[in-house]
Amino acid sequence: MTQSFAPGADPATPPPAATSSGMHGFLRGLSGKLVIIVPYLWLLVFFLVPFLIVAKISLSETATAMPPYQPTFDGLTGFLSKLSSFSFDNYLWLTEDALYFKAYVSSVVIAAISTVLTLLVGYPMAYGMARAPTTIRPTLVMLVILPFWTSFLIRVYAWIGILKPEGLLNQFLLWTGVIDTPLVILNTHTAIFIGIVYSYLPFMVLPLYAALEKMDHSLVEAAQDLGCTPTGAFWKVTFPLSRPGVIAGCMLVFIPAVGEFVIPDLLGGSQTLMIGRTLWNEFFSNRDWPVASAVAVILLLLLVIPIMIFQQAQAKTQEQGR
Amino acid sequence: MAVKSLNSIRRNFSPWTDPAAKPYIQFENVTKQFGDFTAVNNLSLTIYEREFYALLGASGCGKSTLLRMLAGFDEPTSGRILLDGQDLRGVPPHKRPVNMMFQSYALFPHMTVEKNIAFGLKQEGMASADIAKRVAEMLKLVKLEQFAKRKPHQLSGGQRQRVALARSVAKRPKVLLLDEPLGALDKKLREETQFELMDLQQDLGLTFVVVTHDQEEAMTMADRIAILDKGEVMQVATPQEIYEAPGSRFVANFVGSMNLFEGEVTRRDETSADIQIGPDLLIRTVNPGNSERKAGVNYAVRPEKIRVSSKKPEETGVNSAQGEIFDIAYLGDVTNYNVKLDDGRIVKATVINSNRLAEDPLTWGDRAWISFKPDAGIVLTR
Repeated sequence: MTQSFAPGADPATPPPAATSSGMHGFLRGLSGKLVIIVPYLWLLVFFLVPFLIVAKISLSETATAMPPYQPTFDGLTGFLSKLSSFSFDNYLWLTEDALYFKAYVSSVVIAAISTVLTLLVGYPMAYGMARAPTTIRPTLVMLVILPFWTSFLIRVYAWIGILKPEGLLNQFLLWTGVIDTPLVILNTHTAIFIGIVYSYLPFMVLPLYAALEKMDHSLVEAAQDLGCTPTGAFWKVTFPLSRPGVIAGCMLVFIPAVGEFVIPDLLGGSQTLMIGRTLWNEFFSNRDWPVASAVAVILLLLLVIPIMIFQQAQAKTQEQGR
Repeated sequence: MAVKSLNSIRRNFSPWTDPAAKPYIQFENVTKQFGDFTAVNNLSLTIYEREFYALLGASGCGKSTLLRMLAGFDEPTSGRILLDGQDLRGVPPHKRPVNMMFQSYALFPHMTVEKNIAFGLKQEGMASADIAKRVAEMLKLVKLEQFAKRKPHQLSGGQRQRVALARSVAKRPKVLLLDEPLGALDKKLREETQFELMDLQQDLGLTFVVVTHDQEEAMTMADRIAILDKGEVMQVATPQEIYEAPGSRFVANFVGSMNLFEGEVTRRDETSADIQIGPDLLIRTVNPGNSERKAGVNYAVRPEKIRVSSKKPEETGVNSAQGEIFDIAYLGDVTNYNVKLDDGRIVKATVINSNRLAEDPLTWGDRAWISFKPDAGIVLTR
């Protein structure tokens, strides 16, 4: 028999600690699952269940009562018999009154324009940050996050003071002589765009910065070395490689901007038609909970689609291995 | 130089010895400063067409900065760089007839191998049929035909290196700059690739400027090597000259290993010199160098030129000394001995194991003689 130096080769020696590793492995698996279970439980209780309640209300009929709706579905007992009494009237109503369609379209358009504007402002910022000396980058990131330390509501209110006819901006422009009558900015779409771009800029800048910062600068140099102008190198190398950041940033701005309520309410004036305001009016002014719920369900579906696109894009970039 | 005919043994190519030859790349008194740091200090170099030129030095010696200035990513603070007689100042990277192979390869991760190689050709505005032809040619050259549709992350390190090489030569640049081209490869692959690079350079007739910290790599591939230290050129010479006739103690120590004996010249004529090293060792050399200095000169002799033996050499008056074996490193092909001379000096000697069993086995603590021939070393005054 040849001599063996491998201790594991001896068949008489059992694999070390086989019994205890089973118990240990089980506990580790459990704690691993627990880490996932807790947030999912949270989402189930505080997101899925309320959503099902909203979905249920949206299938009910309006009633002048407290709560102001007529239940059509009580528990599982009458499930089959009640199924026929589900009312889709609220959803039909949304299609009958052009107001809702206009509000949805207007919200998506305003959110889309705002997203593009935020991208145009945010990309150069993120690029500048990523190209800055490594020592000052943390400071620059900090400055981007800094506005979050003040209440969102206060910051939006502050814009009224800047944008109103006798506000700081108009005073400044009148003083410099650029204009001689005050500009009407407050209570227009322009004010909403300014508000959204201002509020959501960090959500655009941070993913863009993350994508641009990890990019190897020698790629840009290689492109130039191979005959690209600096502009050409940007469009052929830098921008395509920052695409995951562009997609993430745009989704993070577009999705909340569609349902945005505070900014259009404070800066957009009464004539602004956005779905968040419509929802508010249905709920609190009309006290029509079923229609309001239907509006919310449709809004949610409207937002789920972009999220799905986003996740698909992310899966694709992960597949690319970058 | 007193050293007899140390021409390149690799190929018959030595335009630098021909006064009529026109230099192709010239660095004229180039200085590059980054803030307070001087990366390149008043440096001048000439590189000839079709030369394989290596810039060798430790990290931070300014070799990469030289390459980046040639590519156009950095501009010299002062001095000028000429390419084929044309001053390169102000010419942006994309307008220079120079391509670079980056140390990190800098392959575009969002493009296939094919698209990476075609990138430079597309910028040139070459017709797509011609691009396809050239790309196929390049893929064949680096033997990656079946990997054309792969993305860089699906390739091994060696394959990526070849893609980077193919991409940088696809445009047929006048000069190819290579920044540590083999640095990321393992030893075996590196040795293979060295010869491939040399063949490629010969076949395409390009001028190669390669930056490396690996002296073996520089010695294998280059026609001439420039040894750099702290932004200055220490010596420019063929690999053989660098090794056998280093111009200074720095170069002697930097390339390979070296025994340096400091002593005093006691006799000197046209063809020989005597140097007294301590009381016990008198060196008689046939390479007296060009020094008139008496004291503080160094005699440099490579370990493999020193014989170690337990037997007393025939002539003991000069070029020999006695000591004891202090350390032995057996490397298979050679054995390195450290011999401690009776005056305390440690001498490194390398013995080639040309026989499987040593006829004169030496072991730790044995008394031994070291000896060398009169032309074994050279005199260094710097």
